[in-house]
Amino acid sequence: MEIFRFNRDIPFMRWRRVGAVISITTFILAIFFIVTKGLNLGIDFTGGTILEVNYRQAADLEKIRTVLTGKGVTDASVQNFGTSRDVLIRLPVKPEVSSAQLSEDVLEILREADSSVEMRRVEFVGPQVGEELLENGALALLFVSIGIVIYLAIRFEWKFGIAGMIANLHDVIIIVGFFAFFQWEFSLTVLAAVLAILGYSVNESVVIFDRIRENFRKLRKASVTQVIDNAITQTMSRTVITHGSTQMVVIAMLLFGGEVLYYFSLALTIGILFGIYSSIMVGSSIIMLLGVKREDLVALEKKPLENDGAVV
Amino acid sequence: MNRYALWQYLIIAVSIVLGLLYTLPNFYGESPAVQISPLRASLNADTALLKQVEETLTQANIKAEGIFLEGNSVKVRFTDTDTQIKAKDLFESALGKDYITALNLLPNSPQWLTSLGALPMYLGLDLRGGVHFMLEVDMQGALDKSLERYSSDVRTTLRGKKIPYAGIEKLNKKLILKFRDAESRTQAETELKSNYPDLGFVQEQVGERFDLVATIKQEAMLRMQDSAVMQNITTLRNRVNELGVAEPIIQKAGKDRVIVQLPGVQDTAKAKDILGRTATLEIRMVDDERDLDAAMRGQVPAGLELYEERGGSPLLVKKQVLLTGEHITDAQPGFDKDNQPAVHINLDNGGSRIFKQLTRDNVGKRMAILLIEKNQAEVITAPVIREEIGGGRVQISGRMTNTEARDVALLLRSGALAAPMDIIEERTVGPSLGAENISRGFNSTLYGFLAVAIFVAAYYAAFGVISVIALALNLLLLVGLLSIMQATLTLPGMAALALTVGMAIDANVLINERIRDELRTGASPQQAIQSGYERALGTILDSNITTLIAGIALFAFGSGPVKGFAVVLCLGILTSVFTATFVSRGIVNLMYGNRRLDTVPIGKIWLPKGNDKVPDTFDASDEQPIEPKRRELAVANEPEATIEQSVEQVVVSNDPPHSQGEIAVETATIKPDSIARNTSASRSKGKNKRKKSPNVT
Repeated sequence: MEIFRFNRDIPFMRWRRVGAVISITTFILAIFFIVTKGLNLGIDFTGGTILEVNYRQAADLEKIRTVLTGKGVTDASVQNFGTSRDVLIRLPVKPEVSSAQLSEDVLEILREADSSVEMRRVEFVGPQVGEELLENGALALLFVSIGIVIYLAIRFEWKFGIAGMIANLHDVIIIVGFFAFFQWEFSLTVLAAVLAILGYSVNESVVIFDRIRENFRKLRKASVTQVIDNAITQTMSRTVITHGSTQMVVIAMLLFGGEVLYYFSLALTIGILFGIYSSIMVGSSIIMLLGVKREDLVALEKKPLENDGAVV
Repeated sequence: MNRYALWQYLIIAVSIVLGLLYTLPNFYGESPAVQISPLRASLNADTALLKQVEETLTQANIKAEGIFLEGNSVKVRFTDTDTQIKAKDLFESALGKDYITALNLLPNSPQWLTSLGALPMYLGLDLRGGVHFMLEVDMQGALDKSLERYSSDVRTTLRGKKIPYAGIEKLNKKLILKFRDAESRTQAETELKSNYPDLGFVQEQVGERFDLVATIKQEAMLRMQDSAVMQNITTLRNRVNELGVAEPIIQKAGKDRVIVQLPGVQDTAKAKDILGRTATLEIRMVDDERDLDAAMRGQVPAGLELYEERGGSPLLVKKQVLLTGEHITDAQPGFDKDNQPAVHINLDNGGSRIFKQLTRDNVGKRMAILLIEKNQAEVITAPVIREEIGGGRVQISGRMTNTEARDVALLLRSGALAAPMDIIEERTVGPSLGAENISRGFNSTLYGFLAVAIFVAAYYAAFGVISVIALALNLLLLVGLLSIMQATLTLPGMAALALTVGMAIDANVLINERIRDELRTGASPQQAIQSGYERALGTILDSNITTLIAGIALFAFGSGPVKGFAVVLCLGILTSVFTATFVSRGIVNLMYGNRRLDTVPIGKIWLPKGNDKVPDTFDASDEQPIEPKRRELAVANEPEATIEQSVEQVVVSNDPPHSQGEIAVETATIKPDSIARNTSASRSKGKNKRKKSPNVT
């Protein structure tokens, strides 16, 4: 069984202008939504309190709101979470109230109104912790980006490092753009997913780059465009199968992972789907744009040519 | 070609055995237990205690699954949580206050596994339920307090040395000592410098005044901060012991933070109440001479503060702190000689000395014990000092109920925090959500694995099955490794486990695609396997290293749940490279390395048109990979192939399998040219025909 059957190399590079238009449009749109709508940052980053409670019967959100407001908790957001019996209550940071006490108070109020309420989860993050987490997240993103550029530059050449990085930042920005557009909650686990995608998605570029290098050595007479087209066509099947396999697991997580893993797997899904596109169209287009030449790789690779993979 | 040396097979065998051994404990689950450990380090859990526990249980007729001594505690295993809770209450009343009785979960794995050090993974709070707190020491508050103490100490010193001073003022982080002339200032400076090495002094001239500004030195501040955190950790540990938690984690995080994790705690409100009570204790003198009424009208005399005693009357308390809670080593409820409820307090050496002096000077007066919570002071009790009390054994009695005595003792005992603390992060997971999270993580991994396994096995045939075996071994080794390291498994960690399944198959896909490539370009089967594995290796390493970079960054910068994700991700990459390349190669070598191979069982390979480097027999024959004999049958005898084709048609049209004759009839009606067409169609379709070889029906 074989999914992809191409008799001739697909002229991907001939379509790279179309690709560029698509990429730049989605990229700008993503940036636009991030800037205008902003991210719906979870309490991991903003600080605040979340209470997840469970009722025996379907919860009456309006009643919960009234009860809370009646007891002086005015700025709580109350919504269903997963099922109609699960309720999520969010409370912003209040400097004047001891926040650890706040969740206890709210639970007490809820218990008074309906004794069947069961505490499932309480999260409180102080504003100072939130700032730190955001800072650390940004640092991690930077570290991964630079680390990957350096690795690809050493393993291939600087043009590949840059291309791989841009292709992946493209994915990352689009994931974040989706989260901004739909106002999905951007939490610490989503950030973890984004960083994992950054590492995972580079795989794709690496596999294609590996083929490009090999083709430069093997297809001596071919033009740069032919070399790249051939590399992409050859690895196409593998790219789709691998992404498909990963996506199967992610779908399992979407279905069975519960609410905590929902946005995590959603971020992964977007990353994986766009990863297919970006590794095919974006990475390779950029190395062409940067003017990759046979000498960039072949001269460099002359001596440790055989078995270099095994050495690393 | 394609043969492993014995040692290579041995490495694989050993790693699989180790993986199995250390993964195994995770499947036995855990049973409810009660853990009894001595409250103080001076006491030991010994066979005597074990015996006592046994007897207590027999008397109450509670059946235990096992009683044993481990570390410095006795652990009793039960079949269900009801018995567990019953037993806990029983132990609490039978063993008294010297022991902590805590609910716990014990792994059910058999003794021989435990003695090998094979323990189940430690489940994180989001999987087992419990409370996680991050507390921050309020250093500003601690500094303020010590400046306050210095200010009164300096005053005493100056008075003792008869150095005249105009006043002492506390301003921000400084003490301003005011003098009337330069001479007394110089005198004071020399005197104070030798007495207070932690203070730095600077002379300042403000108009007519000669000031000496005292600040706490930087290194002293750091030392104070350190000891404040350590003191807090000790106190928190005692408080947690009050709660009866089996495996609490209390550790320093960063320079001024403490992490407290209480797995399995159900009553979070109580935990928060006891932990969050960031209280400090102070003993001060009560001033009963000044006008209380005037003070209540708002005219509080200088150096005094107005407080209200717990459930009682207002009183005036001097600002000077005589003794702080850090000198209190123990406080227990009990009875005095008239059998009235009382609180017994033990003081350390320094505390005893101060207290002896204090009581000698103040016989007949009242002292106030203040509990200060978040800048809110409350007088717990204000007993009258009857006599000089030496030896550090103090008894407070009178006007107290049993419950009050217990409360006061608890507050005193755990109230001795050196510096106030704030809860800056809290993550509480109820027990039901914890259990649900486990099944969520498990199901995600299971169904994800099954989906990938089915797809890969279908796509790559026998090589796909080998890939799936390698993937399963990867999971086995990963869980084994996590168990050996006793890593904490969290829900994001389980997500990483599932994700590893999805990502690890990448290596095998790369290898299998490479082998197909090699076959397409005309390599012999053994050659194709050899170079497929070799050529894919470089790519596999490259792509995994980039993911590893991301994993390491997540580990370095991530906190809590993200760290758990990163650990599993990184380890998963390492194990997957091992299983996907080394182990799967081993299986391939074992199965195919030793023989003449006419074809590689890697699924139907499609060839681009005009590319006839591969002999035609190749792709037809790969339907019968393992038994080369049958290949001749399938390829040489066209009619056989036709029957095969028609069998498939029968199956598709859901005809009952008894109709052997019909098949024959159908076969007979197929004309030669349609036979040819059918055969070629079957080739390009290539759907699992291996299973429907002619003699099956």
